[in-house]
Amino acid sequence: MQRILIKNGQVVDPANERDGIYDVLLEQGQVAAISENISVDGAEIIDAEGCIVAPGFVDLHCHLREPGQEYKEDVASGTRAAIRGGFTSLVAMPNTEPAIDSEAAVRSMAEIISEKAAARVYPAGAITRGQKGRDLTEMGGMMQAGAVAFTDDGLPVTSSRVMQLALQYSDMLGVPISVHEEDPDLAGDGVVNRGRISTLLGLPAIPTAAESAMVARDLELCREFGGHLHIAHVSTRNSIDLIRKAKDEGLKVTCEVTPHHLTLTEDLVRESNYDTNTKVNPPLRTSTDVEALVNALSEGIVDVIATDHAPHSFDDKDKEYIFADFGISGLETAFSLLHDQLVLKGDITMNRLIAALTVVPATIFDLPGGTLSQGEPADLVILRPQDEWAVNPDDFVSGGKNTPLAGWSLTGRVDTVLVAGRIMMRDGELQC
Amino acid sequence: MPELARKDVLGLETMSRQEIELVLHTADSMREVLDRPITKVPALRGRTVLMMFYEPSTRTLASFNLACKNMSADTVSVSKSSSSLVKGESLRDTIQNLESMGADAVVMRHPSAGAPHYIARNIEGSVLNAGDGAHEHPTQGLLDLFTIEQHKGSLEGLKVAIVGDILHSRVARSNIWGLSTMGADVTICGPSTLIPPYVTEIGCTVTHDVREAVTDADVIYVLRIQLERQEGSMFPGAREYRRLFTIDAERISLASPDALLMHPGPMNRGVEITTDVADGAQSVILEQVPNGVAVRMALLYLLLGGGE
Amino acid sequence: MSSEGQLKVKAQIMDGAAIRRSLVRISHEIVEKNKGVQDIVLVGIRRRGVPLSERLGAYIEEFEDVVVPNGSLDITLYRDDLTLRHDRPMVHRTEVPFDITGKTVILVDDVLYTGRTVRAAMDALVDFGRPGTIQLAVLVDRGHRELPIRPDYVGKNVPTSRHEVIEVRVDEIDGIEDVVIMERQEEGAE
Repeated sequence: MQRILIKNGQVVDPANERDGIYDVLLEQGQVAAISENISVDGAEIIDAEGCIVAPGFVDLHCHLREPGQEYKEDVASGTRAAIRGGFTSLVAMPNTEPAIDSEAAVRSMAEIISEKAAARVYPAGAITRGQKGRDLTEMGGMMQAGAVAFTDDGLPVTSSRVMQLALQYSDMLGVPISVHEEDPDLAGDGVVNRGRISTLLGLPAIPTAAESAMVARDLELCREFGGHLHIAHVSTRNSIDLIRKAKDEGLKVTCEVTPHHLTLTEDLVRESNYDTNTKVNPPLRTSTDVEALVNALSEGIVDVIATDHAPHSFDDKDKEYIFADFGISGLETAFSLLHDQLVLKGDITMNRLIAALTVVPATIFDLPGGTLSQGEPADLVILRPQDEWAVNPDDFVSGGKNTPLAGWSLTGRVDTVLVAGRIMMRDGELQC
Repeated sequence: MPELARKDVLGLETMSRQEIELVLHTADSMREVLDRPITKVPALRGRTVLMMFYEPSTRTLASFNLACKNMSADTVSVSKSSSSLVKGESLRDTIQNLESMGADAVVMRHPSAGAPHYIARNIEGSVLNAGDGAHEHPTQGLLDLFTIEQHKGSLEGLKVAIVGDILHSRVARSNIWGLSTMGADVTICGPSTLIPPYVTEIGCTVTHDVREAVTDADVIYVLRIQLERQEGSMFPGAREYRRLFTIDAERISLASPDALLMHPGPMNRGVEITTDVADGAQSVILEQVPNGVAVRMALLYLLLGGGE
Repeated sequence: MSSEGQLKVKAQIMDGAAIRRSLVRISHEIVEKNKGVQDIVLVGIRRRGVPLSERLGAYIEEFEDVVVPNGSLDITLYRDDLTLRHDRPMVHRTEVPFDITGKTVILVDDVLYTGRTVRAAMDALVDFGRPGTIQLAVLVDRGHRELPIRPDYVGKNVPTSRHEVIEVRVDEIDGIEDVVIMERQEEGAE
C-alpha cells in the first residue's frame, strides 16, 4: 500500500498527550511515524496546514438499520455518512429486523459489513432474545462471532432480574452491557421532556425520573452483581449525579452522551413549531440538564460522545408529532455541532472533545484505533476548525435526513478521512 | 380597518388583546344574526370549509357546521377514527386531498398537539384549530371569553377559577392564555396528579383547595373529569373527587353572588358538577352553545371574509 | 385616505340648515304618501343612515305625536363585493327589535349611488320578515345607478362625476353638519 504523508497539521492525539504541529507518515495502512518535518520519497502528500489531524472518530452507538429497515438506512449509506462525519469506527445497534440476538445473526451482520461498509463496523448484540427482555442471548458465542457489546437499545430491560443476570453473566465474559435507561411505565406515551415545554405545547411528557430511576436501579445491580455497565445517551442532570457518585465509589460504570443532548434543549420543540425532527428518545431536556452534561463531559464523568445516529425515512418523520418516529440522524453533523456549540464557546477543549470521540470510546469497548500511536491503524481525520458551512439535509449521504439542524450554520468541518490508510474523503468529497 | 393579522387560528397563546377584542366585537354582531327568524347571511357564499375531525366530537363539529351554514359557506366533512389514523393516511396525503378539493379553510381536530400547525405550514388556506391534543382549543376559549364578557361587560380584573383535569385539557390552556391576555386573574384547581408542571408560567395560580379557588370568584369554570383514562386512573375515584373537588351548591355559595358557572361540555353530572348547580340560576352553560356558533361565524368571517 | 390619491373638498352642497329642511320635508312626505304613520317603521343603514333615520323619527313624532319604531341595519355580511375586497370591513350589530312583517319599511341612507348598498339592505331586511312595502329615503342622490333601484324620498339630487365623492357629515358621528363634494387628486398632480 502507498505511503501518505500529512504535512504541517496540528496533531491532536489525546492518547499520547500530543498536541502540536507535526507531520504524520502512514504506511501499510498503519501510522508509521509522527514527528516534525518528515520527508520521504514516493509519498502522497496531504497538506494539512491550518487543519487539525486527529484519530478517526469512534461511535459507540449508531443505528445502521440493516438488516430489515434498509428503507431508512443501510450499512453502505450509514458508513458513508459516518465517513462524512469523521467516524472511522462504529458500533451498530442490534435492534434490526430481525434483531442481532444470535451467533448466526452476528455472523451474517459481519458478512454484510465486510461487503458494504466504508468504515469499520462492530456489531453489538442483543442482551435478550428478540430484545424481548426475558431470556439472555448466547453472549459468549456472539462475542466469538464479533459482537463487542450487548444492548437491547431502543428498548429498556424492564425486568430487574434479567438485568441482574445480564450484568452477572457479562462480567464473566468481560464485555460491556450498554443500557437504554427508560422506565416504560413512567415514560408512558410521552414524546417530550416533562416540564415547561410539555405544558405549553400540550404534548405527552416523559419525566426525567423515567431515566434516572432506571440508572439508579442499574447502578445498584452493578454494585452487587458486577459487570461493566455502560449507560447510553444520558440526558438528565439527575442521572449524571448518580453516575458521578457511582464512579466515586469505584463502580465499573461508563456513560455516553449524544451531540444533541449536549447542545439542544426542549425549547427547540417549541421554537420549531412541533418539528418532528426534534423528537428523540430520550427527549431533549432543559438548559439545566445540558449544562450538567457539558460539565460532566468536561470533568470526565461523561466518558464518551456517541451519536445515537437514528436515521428515519421522510415518511416516518413527516407525521403528527405523537406519531412520528423518535430519532436524529447525527453522524454527519456531530463534530461540527459540538465544535461550534461547545469548543468555540469555551465549554469544552478541543482536546477533550477529540478524546471523547476517539481514545476513550475505543478503550471502553476495547476497539482498535482511537489513537495515532505508531503501529495503530491509519484511521485518521483532518478537520478544518475555521470553515463555516450550512446544514442542508438534502446533502446528507445518510438515508436519514432527519435533523433538527437544517439551515444551521456551523463552524468546523470534517475535511479528509482515512480508514486503514485509504482516503475515504478528501477536501470534503467522499472517495468511497 | 382592524383585522386579524393572521392566516390561521391555532391558539390563544399568540393572539393579542386587540385581536381578541375584534373577534369578540364581531361575535357580538353575529350573535344578533342568530336571533333573526332567518339566521343565514350570504357573506361566505362560494367559500368551502373542510371539517377534518380525527377525534370524536359532536358539539364542536356541529357548531362549526352551523357557523359555516349560517355564513353560506359550503362544508365538506372528513371524519376519521384515531385508529385508522395511526396506521393510515398521512397528513401529507390529507393536505393533497384538501388542495384538490379547493378548500378555503380547514377546521381540524386532532389527537396530536401540533397537527393543525403542520397543516397550516403546508397549505395556503386558513386553518382553524378545533382542538389539538392537550394543547389548545382556541374557538372554545374565545366563546368562553365572549360568554363572560356578555355578562360581565369586561374581563379586566375578573377572578376566574378553573376546576378539574388541567393536565389533559386543551380548553384549560386556551382559557388561561385568553383570560390572562384580557387581564383576568386565573386560579386553577384540581388534583395534584392532574396539574401540569410549570403551568403558572401560562399566567395563573394553582391551588388544590377548591374552596380557596372559588371564594370570591366571578367565574367558576368546571372542566370535564375523565376518571378512567387509557393509561390508567390518575385519581382514586369518583367518591374521592366529590369529596374534594366537585362544584356543588355549598361550594358555589363561596363565590361572588353573581358568579357565572361554566362548563365546556359534555358534563358528567354528579361527578365534577352537581345537577342542581349545572341547571341553576348562575349557570350559563346553555348560552355557551349559541355563543360558540357566533364566535365561529366571527372567525370564519375574519379569516375568509375578504379577498385573496 | 386612499392610496389612489388625496381627497380634497371641492364644494359644500348643503349646510346644517339645508339638511334639517330636507329631513323635515321628507318626514312630511313619508306621512303624506302613506296616509298617516300606521304600520310605518324606520330602518337606518349603518353608519350615517342611522342618525338620519332617528331624526326622521323625531320629526314624525313631533308632527304626528306617534313614536315610529326605529332600527339600524349593518349590511356588511350582505355586500356583493365582500370576497373581492382586500380588507375585511368591521361587522357591527344590526338592531331591528320589532316585527317587520306586513309593515311599511322606510330604509334610510345618506347617499344613493350605485344602488348596491340598498340591494344588500333589502336582502338583509327580508331575513327579518316579509315587509308589506319597502320605501327608500336618501339625503342625497348622486346618480350612476348600477341596479334598477330608485328612491322614494330624496333630500337633494346632486349630479356628480364618478371621480367625485359625496360626504354627508352629521353631528352624531362627525361633529359637523354638512354635505360636501370632494374630488380625488390624481397621484402626482399639482
